Amino acid sequence: MEIKKGTGVSPGVVISTAVVLDAEDLVIPKRQIDASLIAQEIKRLQDAVARCIVDLTQLRDSVTAKHGKEIGGIFDFHLGMLKDKSLVKQMTTEIKTQQVTAEYGVSVVMRRYANKFLEMSDRYLSERVKDIHDIEKSLLRALIGQKHEDLAHLTQDVVVIAHDLLPSQTAALDRTHVRGFATDVGGRTSHTAIVARAMGIPAVVGLGNITAEVSGGDTVIIDGGRGVVIVNPDAEQLVEHREAGRRFDQLGGELAALRDLPAETKDGYAVSLQANIEFPDDIDDAVRQGAQGVGLYRTEFLFLASEHEPSEEDHYAAYAEAMRRLQGRPLVIRTLDLGADKYTQSKAVNPERNPFLGDRSIRMCLHDIPMFKRQLRAIMRASVLGDVRIMFPMICMLMELRQARMILNDVMEELEDEGVEFRRDIPIGMMIEVPSAALMANQFAKEVNFFSIGTNDLVQYTLAVDRTNERVAGLFCPAHPSVLGLVRDVIRAGTRNSISVSVCGEMAGDPLYTLLLLGLGLNIFSMNGPDVPEVKKIIRSTTLEHAKQVARRVMSFDSERQVMHFLREETRKIIPEAF
Amino acid sequence: MPTASRDIVVSNKLGLHARPAMQFVDVANQFESKVTVHKGGEEPGEADGKSVMQMIILAAVEGTPLRIDADGPDAPAAVEKLVELFETKFGEEE
Repeated sequence: MEIKKGTGVSPGVVISTAVVLDAEDLVIPKRQIDASLIAQEIKRLQDAVARCIVDLTQLRDSVTAKHGKEIGGIFDFHLGMLKDKSLVKQMTTEIKTQQVTAEYGVSVVMRRYANKFLEMSDRYLSERVKDIHDIEKSLLRALIGQKHEDLAHLTQDVVVIAHDLLPSQTAALDRTHVRGFATDVGGRTSHTAIVARAMGIPAVVGLGNITAEVSGGDTVIIDGGRGVVIVNPDAEQLVEHREAGRRFDQLGGELAALRDLPAETKDGYAVSLQANIEFPDDIDDAVRQGAQGVGLYRTEFLFLASEHEPSEEDHYAAYAEAMRRLQGRPLVIRTLDLGADKYTQSKAVNPERNPFLGDRSIRMCLHDIPMFKRQLRAIMRASVLGDVRIMFPMICMLMELRQARMILNDVMEELEDEGVEFRRDIPIGMMIEVPSAALMANQFAKEVNFFSIGTNDLVQYTLAVDRTNERVAGLFCPAHPSVLGLVRDVIRAGTRNSISVSVCGEMAGDPLYTLLLLGLGLNIFSMNGPDVPEVKKIIRSTTLEHAKQVARRVMSFDSERQVMHFLREETRKIIPEAF
Repeated sequence: MPTASRDIVVSNKLGLHARPAMQFVDVANQFESKVTVHKGGEEPGEADGKSVMQMIILAAVEGTPLRIDADGPDAPAAVEKLVELFETKFGEEE
């Protein structure tokens, strides 16, 4: 039994069987497996070797055809290593005698060889250590790839233990059977956290080396509220946590009773609570929680969920599906917001040195107009199905907005020529997530129909903090007075120009900021579905007058600590059990 | 069961690097006999002649004395073919 403490990022309690995902670019931890699993691990190793041989043979043949035998021959040595029976035998022996995973068997044997290569005095030979690393990576990729596929077709409930979950991994998960996440790294706003909250399952991140402490098949308790993970719990802990799980579900039941009540203050000021979604399937849950529409549809998940770029029809099918599930409620479609993360960097021909300041999001779309147009055509075609709105991400300058609108106009003309129906006056909005856009909100407000403040990126770019970098993630804080000043000014600019303003970052769903945002005059809060009931509860328990007082007070502070402390106190006054 | 053995000295410039090691293993694998390569000199060692990893690890550079042992029904033929590789310097250009 082992108790680990991390950061709880999505509440709830789950007790289930663990699946551990290794990462091919990190050291594989030594994990003991049950003797009954040895045969299965050996089979996995053999399959992985066979698959690598097939892939590598194909690669060699195509390289040979293109560049000649000399270059293609490089792969012969790799193939030779994979076909080396004594190598595979050593790995098998490792799995058998040490009772470890296939991943560990591969990595320990390859590392042993790598060290021998490095010891060689002959430079020409010791350079071949690169080939050893290459082969190790291919084998690990094949092994981990198998696990991913298994996770897409589960037959029983599991919790996923990983170093960090990538968007492409979560996109492929079988959402009906994955009941919780626990990861080595990450914070409140990490991708794992966002996905877990959207799925309404518990998650704990920042656990250090949980991937080394849990073996596949172990029983694990994940308590997302307290940020605790218990590996192989004893009987007493099982009883205690089953009870905690029941209490949590019950509380959920109470909050669900709020569903059909309006998000309105005691003095009658109503706001709209909407949902952030990644897939149309997320809508049913969000509506069940009381969301009045979708304030942010992250369409990049259409790209992440499949190997190739979606066609116009793929886009259209997803949007039509979303509209059907929304039954008349509004849908804000954010155009492709890709780039900057591992997924795009690993596919890029020339990885960028500084991807967060690089070719991402709207910049990427403006560089690839045919791709951008495919998405815009699908959105315009879907515009006749109901209240569809379009939103451009990462706008930094007026020229980008104007260019994007010009391309949209082109698309409308094309559709008109083709006789396809669309809604010409579709509301067009933009994300405010870069300080330059926030500072020029007054000018931007004259050219769009709505703003949506993306607080995650706004905080990152204002404070110069990468929230996924554990070493500085602690500096990431939406309560920083500079960020709050920008949020206030954007809301003001919107009000002055009579356009609506929403917040769609994590801040909107965090109950700590509800009073403040309400007091600053925000009309629309867009958040993960499971956050809706609690935010609604706070809104229904206060008055606009009180919220305005809170906001005025907060804006007079000069440190994020003061802000957070004060907001916590004020929120507790109206809902004692909030924190 | 017949056995065969021959002593040779690595004479090609780069020694038993990736490509020659592959050639050696490919030839060794055509025979049924077990092939073992013993390395003499300052850092002696032994390798399974059918394993490219072990052959590479021998780090047999130019000038290294080696003994090729074969043990099995086709042992003499195996040793002869393998020695031929060294004599023709694995087809490398000088």
